[in-house]
Amino acid sequence: MEAIFAATLGILTASGVYLLLRARTFPVVLGLTLISYAVNLFLFAMGRLQTGVVTVIGEGAVYADPLPQALVLTAIVIGFAMTAFVVVLALRSVGETQTDHVDGQEPAQ
Amino acid sequence: MNHSLILPILIPMFAGSLLLLGAGLSQRFKRCVSLLATLLLLPLSGYLLWLADQGVLQVYAAGNWAAPFGIILLLDRLSALLLLVTAVLGSFALLYAVRGDDERGQSFHALFQFQLMGINGAFLTGDLFNLFVFFEILLIASYSLLLHGGGADRVRAGLHYVVLNLVGSAFFLLAVGVLYGITGTLNMADMAIRVAAAGPDDAALLGAAGLLLLVVFGLKAAFLPLYFWLPKAYASATAPVAALFAVMTKVGLYSIIRVYTLIFGDDAGTLANMANDWLWPIALLTLTLGVIGALAAGSLHGLLAYLVVVSVGTLLAGVAIGTEQALAAALFYLVHSTWVAGGLFLLADLIARQRGVKHSLLIQGPALQNPHILGSLFFFGAIAVAGLPPLSGFFGKLLLLRSLDPGLEALLLWPVVLVGSLLTVIALSRAGSTLFWRVGVSQLDSAELDYGRLFACLGLLSLSLLLVFCAAPLLSYVEATASQLHDLALYRQIIESGALP
Repeated sequence: MEAIFAATLGILTASGVYLLLRARTFPVVLGLTLISYAVNLFLFAMGRLQTGVVTVIGEGAVYADPLPQALVLTAIVIGFAMTAFVVVLALRSVGETQTDHVDGQEPAQ
Repeated sequence: MNHSLILPILIPMFAGSLLLLGAGLSQRFKRCVSLLATLLLLPLSGYLLWLADQGVLQVYAAGNWAAPFGIILLLDRLSALLLLVTAVLGSFALLYAVRGDDERGQSFHALFQFQLMGINGAFLTGDLFNLFVFFEILLIASYSLLLHGGGADRVRAGLHYVVLNLVGSAFFLLAVGVLYGITGTLNMADMAIRVAAAGPDDAALLGAAGLLLLVVFGLKAAFLPLYFWLPKAYASATAPVAALFAVMTKVGLYSIIRVYTLIFGDDAGTLANMANDWLWPIALLTLTLGVIGALAAGSLHGLLAYLVVVSVGTLLAGVAIGTEQALAAALFYLVHSTWVAGGLFLLADLIARQRGVKHSLLIQGPALQNPHILGSLFFFGAIAVAGLPPLSGFFGKLLLLRSLDPGLEALLLWPVVLVGSLLTVIALSRAGSTLFWRVGVSQLDSAELDYGRLFACLGLLSLSLLLVFCAAPLLSYVEATASQLHDLALYRQIIESGALP
């Protein structure tokens, strides 16, 4: 399971970074979203990967750590708000500068 | 448990929420609420400063959950000092804003309050994840405040600022995740104990997480490879927003001081003071490039933004040296540079208003209506920010230079700081002579000097003089702060006593 999990994180991050470097607002927003998915999964894995165990101490020998799950929930909420904001800002940027390049102007050819 | 600890967060939060709910109410009402809430922070942070100066760490356990299990707010001398710096800067910036700048966009006052809430929270929290949350609160408020007033320039600068900080937040979460995965705690004092006790196997991962945090804080503090967003963002922001942003880089610096004296401080074994080796060259290079940027700047706002970078470099040098004297000097300089930079941003706006379309570009423009008042203020501010006697910048730099014994470090720092100051003086005198002397004969009659605005600007700049007169008590306070930061046993007690005071 660790290998699949790690590969997923790697692919998500690599795709995110690639899109981030496209320097057009829409791919950049998508890239940021992918990176935040990868980060959320990573945070989740920091409670160690286990299946079918309870989150209550004392119910069994092993238990799943509930704290990273709470952290991930917080991070998801914040990430959602930030994505919404950056989408609105990207739309505003296209309206104000007539281009979707992140520098607000087309690069010189 | 002293409930006044949480008030610097609650007051702006409730004021901000009230302002959002009452968005349809008159501008006069909103100004009153906003001013009242901000001015209330002044006596409160004064009281907290007095409380922290008793030398006991004040801990506020949210929900009455004892230290390592719940989230705590931690008030020590460092956080109390920064709360006061923020309250003073925020009050003057708001006094400036209520003279008309708050009408240039929506919800200015609510955003301003949330910004203050985020900054105060970041200074007060004793929990690493909570620090992330407060970072996000202050960031999302700052995104909107940066765009306040609209226009293509602000949107361009804002987009860079937002995207960079979103990537920064991702790094922050990664670092917090790794630290939690290894130490099993998020409380900073508890984490310090766990890091000190960590085995050699974990040291590499802990070090990697610690340096990731340095990248995140470096993005906020704007040091060398990560400062490129700052000049454009600060130069394009509305004047009161730019003034308030003078404290934003200090949030990053505060986090650097907090994390690398407490978690990765003297006790952290092989990881002890690991950031200092990185911070030292970064500090000197940031200072150098900031000065070059200031020399090359094409507008007064751009020049001031680069001077913020210079002050970041100077402060980082003090942090990187790592001794108590150097840290005390850096803290003294921090108070000075925040207030003076804020005052200069307000002054730059006052000047730009009388130059019409030329705004603050450093080219020949129309004659100013009040060249004497604005010119003297500029002269005063320039002396303060460049670090010439008799104003406070001089004392900050002098303390920093004197904190080093003769040796290689002094050989590097002295020329960089001194030549940097000289070049700053040149850049400022060039800007001043263009703005005040190389002027046309005609005046613009559209711009009347607003005395409310002038008062806010004058108040903030004259604090430099106050810092000179109060240098002795402030110096003893920052020296006590520096020795408290290195007294790690004090912070351990929060966890070891396990209970509430």
